[in-house]
Amino acid sequence: MICRTDFSHWLDLPWSDKTIGLENFDSIKLIACGDFSINVTIFNTWIVMALITIVSWLTTRKIDNGRSISKLQIILETLVIWMQKEAKETSGSASQKYFAMALGLFCFIVTANLLTFIPWFRPPTASLSTTMALALVVFLAIPYFSIKNAGVKGYLRKFIEPVPLLLPMNIFSEIFSVFAMGLRLFGNMLSGVMFAGILSAFIPFVAPLTMQTLGLLTGSIQAYIFALLALVYTSSVRAENEQLST
Amino acid sequence: MDSYAIIGAVSVLGACLCMGIGSIGSALGEGQAAAAALTAMAQQPDEAGRIRSTMFVTLAMLETTALYALLIAFLTLYANPFWNYAVNQ
Repeated sequence: MICRTDFSHWLDLPWSDKTIGLENFDSIKLIACGDFSINVTIFNTWIVMALITIVSWLTTRKIDNGRSISKLQIILETLVIWMQKEAKETSGSASQKYFAMALGLFCFIVTANLLTFIPWFRPPTASLSTTMALALVVFLAIPYFSIKNAGVKGYLRKFIEPVPLLLPMNIFSEIFSVFAMGLRLFGNMLSGVMFAGILSAFIPFVAPLTMQTLGLLTGSIQAYIFALLALVYTSSVRAENEQLST
Repeated sequence: MDSYAIIGAVSVLGACLCMGIGSIGSALGEGQAAAAALTAMAQQPDEAGRIRSTMFVTLAMLETTALYALLIAFLTLYANPFWNYAVNQ
């Protein structure tokens, strides 16, 4: 088996004409071994994962609760406390269960989105396969947490409420609400990348910078929305005695 | 006119109409949401931070309908199944 590596595409600027296309992020192969190949999306996902892992490891290696708290520890503690607060506000008292998944999703998406300011980094969230995989995680987490909270009967009762006539509509909304989460993230990131690419074909110098700055804001908000919707959907079925405490 | 010309012209026209008509509702909705949030912020300046963050989330969710239109426009322009079918014929 002959392995070929081709990293020349990776160094193309994002607005070179090769990237103007819908599924081109997935079709740019970096390493090809026969049928097995690694594309830009997977490679950039690894970069994001490595970045998150290294930063977390460096921070948690020497955790201090005394006077010499490192800056990284402050940042990560702020993130964790903030997400715990969000989880408490959306899902009530049993919030400790949900916030780890939401924080993981948020960290991955926000790192991937903010790394777009590196010119040749194609964000993995601008590929439909990544966002659909993230949505699939939420899709599988909904029955898991619902059954854990209210049992199988409580989870299935959600589908025949308020009347059993609405059963098909409830199933559709269960599938498409999660499907729409993935599409929303994909559409936002792809439109940011495409818009910067198209704009820099007309005005190559300063104008794309403003759009990319706007893209940083959009990327952060989209990551927040994804995590928030994941929280809302996973905590939608609660045990009957468990009320929302605000 | 052969089939290439018809498919190409209709695709571009369809993408433009899809984006133009599809963004109307989203724009109106976002305008109303922002107006309501600004009114609320003017009435309760203490809650301005909370209202602002909720407004951003709502705006990004309202944008979704326009983004679906954008995806369909991209689909007709760059990954048009009818165009590929006509090329493969």
